[in-house]
Amino acid sequence: MDKFKSFFLEQPIWAFLIAITVFFSLFAPNFFDIQNFENILIQASTLGIIALGMTLVMINGNIDLSVGAILAFCAVVMVDAQSWPIFAQLGDWAILGAFFMAILAGMALGGLNGFLVWKTGVNAFIVTLGAMIGIRGLVFVYTQEQSLFAMNFLFSDIGMSSVPLGPLAVPTIAILFLVLVALVHLLLTRTVHGRNTFAVGGNPEAAVNAGIRVGPHMFVNYLILGGLTGLAGVTLSSQMGAATPNLGRDYELWVITGVVLGGTKLAGGYGSILRSFAGILSIAILRNGMNMMQVQAFYVYVILGGILIAVLILDKQLSSRKVRLSEQV
Amino acid sequence: MPSSDDSSGELTSGTRRAAAQPPRASGPPEAGPDPVHQQSQEALHEAEEAVVAGGIGARFRALLGLDSPDFSWTKVLAKQGILLAFVIAMVGFSLASDRFLSFDNFSSVLRQSSIIGIMALGVTIVVISGNLDLSVGSMLSFATILVVDLHDKIGPAPAMAVALVAALACGAINGTLVGVLRLNSLIVTLGMLSAIQGFTLIYSGGQNADITNQSDTWFAFFGRGEIAGIAVPILLFLGLAIILEWVLHGTTFGRRIFAIGSKASAAEYSGINRVKTVFFSYLISAFCVWCAAVVMGSRVMGSQNTVGKGYELLVLAAIIVGGASLLGGSGKISKTVIGVLLLGFIQNGLLLLGFSYWTQWLVTWVVIIVAVWLDVGARRGRLLSPYA
Repeated sequence: MDKFKSFFLEQPIWAFLIAITVFFSLFAPNFFDIQNFENILIQASTLGIIALGMTLVMINGNIDLSVGAILAFCAVVMVDAQSWPIFAQLGDWAILGAFFMAILAGMALGGLNGFLVWKTGVNAFIVTLGAMIGIRGLVFVYTQEQSLFAMNFLFSDIGMSSVPLGPLAVPTIAILFLVLVALVHLLLTRTVHGRNTFAVGGNPEAAVNAGIRVGPHMFVNYLILGGLTGLAGVTLSSQMGAATPNLGRDYELWVITGVVLGGTKLAGGYGSILRSFAGILSIAILRNGMNMMQVQAFYVYVILGGILIAVLILDKQLSSRKVRLSEQV
Repeated sequence: MPSSDDSSGELTSGTRRAAAQPPRASGPPEAGPDPVHQQSQEALHEAEEAVVAGGIGARFRALLGLDSPDFSWTKVLAKQGILLAFVIAMVGFSLASDRFLSFDNFSSVLRQSSIIGIMALGVTIVVISGNLDLSVGSMLSFATILVVDLHDKIGPAPAMAVALVAALACGAINGTLVGVLRLNSLIVTLGMLSAIQGFTLIYSGGQNADITNQSDTWFAFFGRGEIAGIAVPILLFLGLAIILEWVLHGTTFGRRIFAIGSKASAAEYSGINRVKTVFFSYLISAFCVWCAAVVMGSRVMGSQNTVGKGYELLVLAAIIVGGASLLGGSGKISKTVIGVLLLGFIQNGLLLLGFSYWTQWLVTWVVIIVAVWLDVGARRGRLLSPYA
């Protein structure tokens, strides 16, 4: 019992997740339904895939405000590259070619951010704030303010497809999301890079003294975040079969909100992939459940802002209580 | 950043302070005269005499610090880089486009920059105190919708009053959460960004607001009026800049802001009321947002409910280009003004040269990173970071 109590005290996001699930199951019609849970997973996947990389970067002590713009750029590349002349002979395989171009574009932009943070030593907030403005400009220059549509319907069919697992037909995007959660969780907890990520975020100077190459770890995390953001751009554009230059506006704020809800510290050195997953899932369930209860979408903003601040206050209270307890002992 | 506490600025205020009020025991520690202070005061005195004797050439040399013994061009770049960039951009655009250098063009750029500029002034104070304010964009939407919507219902003056109260309430919530509860300002104001945007949408029901009778309301004065041929938004921007410059460098409150931003714990140990100071810095930021909202509402005579979306980041960009450190403790109102104007003139110049609207964002990207990189590089004495 004590184990349970301390688990929920240290990871309040799980308690919150369970509470809102129970609440909406009781009060929102059609919420407690396997179809709806699949929907929630799909809705969570775009923000969630980015949040995985964002968790790495934030544990590393950095932040990335440019993910929304990178997502838009990758979605645009994904849709546009299918009709590039170099892929003309490939037929339907052009989608695969475009997929690699999109991921590559994401990794290039993420890598550029990481490289600048590494080499210039400028605060990551500033580097990625600049990138957020600049990459959005790049998207508009590239698209000339036009929305792009995929001519090949196979592309949107992939986005809508599902994999039969026993009696269920689980959406491909949901499976992709869950597999990525597991992979990045393993990367963070079971590899040297993951351990060093915590070390660098916890205390960069100590990490340098311990012989850890701080810069490359930051760079690799930005590279991963860029690649994952590219993937999110691909899944989002495949759901719509199109890409708009304004895609992904505000996504950086939602992603950071989800990751912080999960308990990852902005200062670095503390956080977990599974809890970021719970944080993102909470946002998706809130949006979905309130939609089911026919609450106006506007209230979600207020509730989310309130919850974010409440989590911060709760976290402060809990950590100060821990300090007091340890002082008594 | 070194640029903010450059010797001349601090020293002039130091001299003025010493003349105006005797050092008090309870005051901040730097109030009393100390050997280093006196020494540098003498140096300044000599420099001032040289400047007076030498005319414009010497003034220029003093501005760049050419006569100081440890002179280096990197330091000049770091200290006055933003000013140099501004001059280069202005000269470049003037040569490249024959329409750039005109009174009409300048006044239209200034008018367009004034809304971002007014908001940037308040946020500069918050940034100097070591915090962030990301909620200003949503606050602008909220206040503009309020002032425009209520204008027809209860008249312009009460509408402005209600909007002011709403903006100050938002600022007070920020100030309470960051100042009293000591929460992380980035996340708090991120949450407020979302919450205030939600309130705006709930209030307006998702509708845009309009002022029906646009021709004869004195409310038009703030956005469309002119005094002596200069648009009112510009005058408001520059007037507020001068007032806040005085607040920062001429009052105890301003010194407390710098002290808390440099080292909050040290400031508290020396008797500064951190809660009160941080609280008021957010109130000032909210007040500036209200001024911007009045200008915005009056100029457009209508408002979308997401009018300020994304403004918080443009405002931060201008402040960063102006050279304030996000870690706090440094920054200057005058440099923020130059940062705002630099971005404004770059946008205008690129448009005049026939580039698409979006090109300015790419240029802004480069300007932000190069500006901060040079500054950080000069401070640590080498361009590349020490990370292996």
